[in-house]
Amino acid sequence: MKIPSSFNRSLWVFHLNTGSCNGCEIEIVATITPRYDPERFGIRLVGSPKHADVLLVTGPVTKKMAPRVRRVFEQVPDPKVVMCIGTCGQSGGVFYDSYNLDGPIDQVIPVDVYVPGCPPRPEAIVFGVVKALQKLERLEAEQ
Amino acid sequence: MIETLPALLAGAVLVAAFSIIIGLLLMGFDRIVAARMQARIGPPLTQPFTDVRKLLAKENVVPENAIPWLFNLAPIIALASAITILFYLPIGGFAPVLSGGGDLILVMYLLTLPALALVAGGFASGSPYATVGAQREMVTMIAYEFPLAIVVVAIAWRLAAAGISLPFSLATIGANPVWGLVGPLGAIGLLILLIVLLIVTPAELSRVPFDTPEAETELAGGILVEYSGKNLALFSLTQGVKTVAMASLVVALFFPYRLAAIAGISGFVGAVVDLLFYILLITLVAFISVSVIRVSMARFRINQVVSVYWIYLAIAGLAGLLLVMVDQIMGVV
Ligand code: SF4
Repeated sequence: MKIPSSFNRSLWVFHLNTGSCNGCEIEIVATITPRYDPERFGIRLVGSPKHADVLLVTGPVTKKMAPRVRRVFEQVPDPKVVMCIGTCGQSGGVFYDSYNLDGPIDQVIPVDVYVPGCPPRPEAIVFGVVKALQKLERLEAEQ
Repeated sequence: MIETLPALLAGAVLVAAFSIIIGLLLMGFDRIVAARMQARIGPPLTQPFTDVRKLLAKENVVPENAIPWLFNLAPIIALASAITILFYLPIGGFAPVLSGGGDLILVMYLLTLPALALVAGGFASGSPYATVGAQREMVTMIAYEFPLAIVVVAIAWRLAAAGISLPFSLATIGANPVWGLVGPLGAIGLLILLIVLLIVTPAELSRVPFDTPEAETELAGGILVEYSGKNLALFSLTQGVKTVAMASLVVALFFPYRLAAIAGISGFVGAVVDLLFYILLITLVAFISVSVIRVSMARFRINQVVSVYWIYLAIAGLAGLLLVMVDQIMGVV
């Protein structure tokens, strides 16, 4: 799908918790505080996946969450970016050998950008967004 | 009144383009000002334009259990009716495009149309969140209609009491600024009515603290939850145009002044001065009744919305109306 040039200056973010310990959520909330002010770049937190461009996924994806993660991913209209926040989503992290995991996230839905850390600092999340923007720009240039 | 059909169409297109552009700029202005009040830098002024461009390029999802024709029609009706309101309101020094055809009562009815379209769209999306949002929107509409009517009736009554014919016509209100008719007591009454109207405005525009129908945190976007892409873009244009319409109504009722006429400038320069003055006034109204209120308050619960409007604002409005009436009677005696 064609990526419009306005896309990366107006990223609307939907946050999805797939069974995280809430540590990553707190850091995400810290990222949208006035100190970092992501609204400068048009980044906004939205309440519905239908409005979103970026899906921020945290947590290791428990068995019960896996179908919901897929459904939410399908509900985000194209073009979309998926960011995995936290070590949990990449490897299971501290929950790596738990019996009730279907994850990590990239086993369930395709992920574009990984932000490691347990939890990652707001700076790391901002850096992840920059990486996502660079990826979008590269995709745009390739079109 | 514009007589010929081509002139009418040209006027309509101009007003539509003007209201959409100014509406989006006002939204950008609101976001910057709100950011500054929260010690942030905030997005660029043109951010709403970028958002709309992006939304137009995105996929348009129609949910499986929605009613597709109504779901897709609602945003179009909402935008069209929001623009129609502006056909009846004076913009700067220009008379309304359809000035001969309607008066304040019509404007009041038209103001409910975008909200009704939103409600229809919410019910048509087939999502429980949107349904709850639509019900709340209806309750909010019923709540703010009464104080709004008090304000409109008070001004029309004052004009009628001064022996002016056609008190509900916007041309009459524009020609006779109501502040000039009243004494000190009436001026206090009018000030109260102005404040009431400024507090009705955020509910009309579903902004914090009266954004219970959208309630991002509890209803996940409420009435708009299922909308995406093109339809959501149309709704955000509607939001901008409604802001212009409500601000224009406040300006038309309370500040129908024309700088050019006062300063004695005429012709083309006068029209430009009038237009800029009008834009300044609506920006000011939007600043007070959207930005300041929304930054300084949290969201009301839906039952609080009803009591705020039906009890507190209705009492304040009636007090204002009473002051205006007492002032008039004392003036006669
Ligand atoms: S990565 Fe760490 S902080 Fe984040 S959800 Fe997992 S365990 Fe919690």
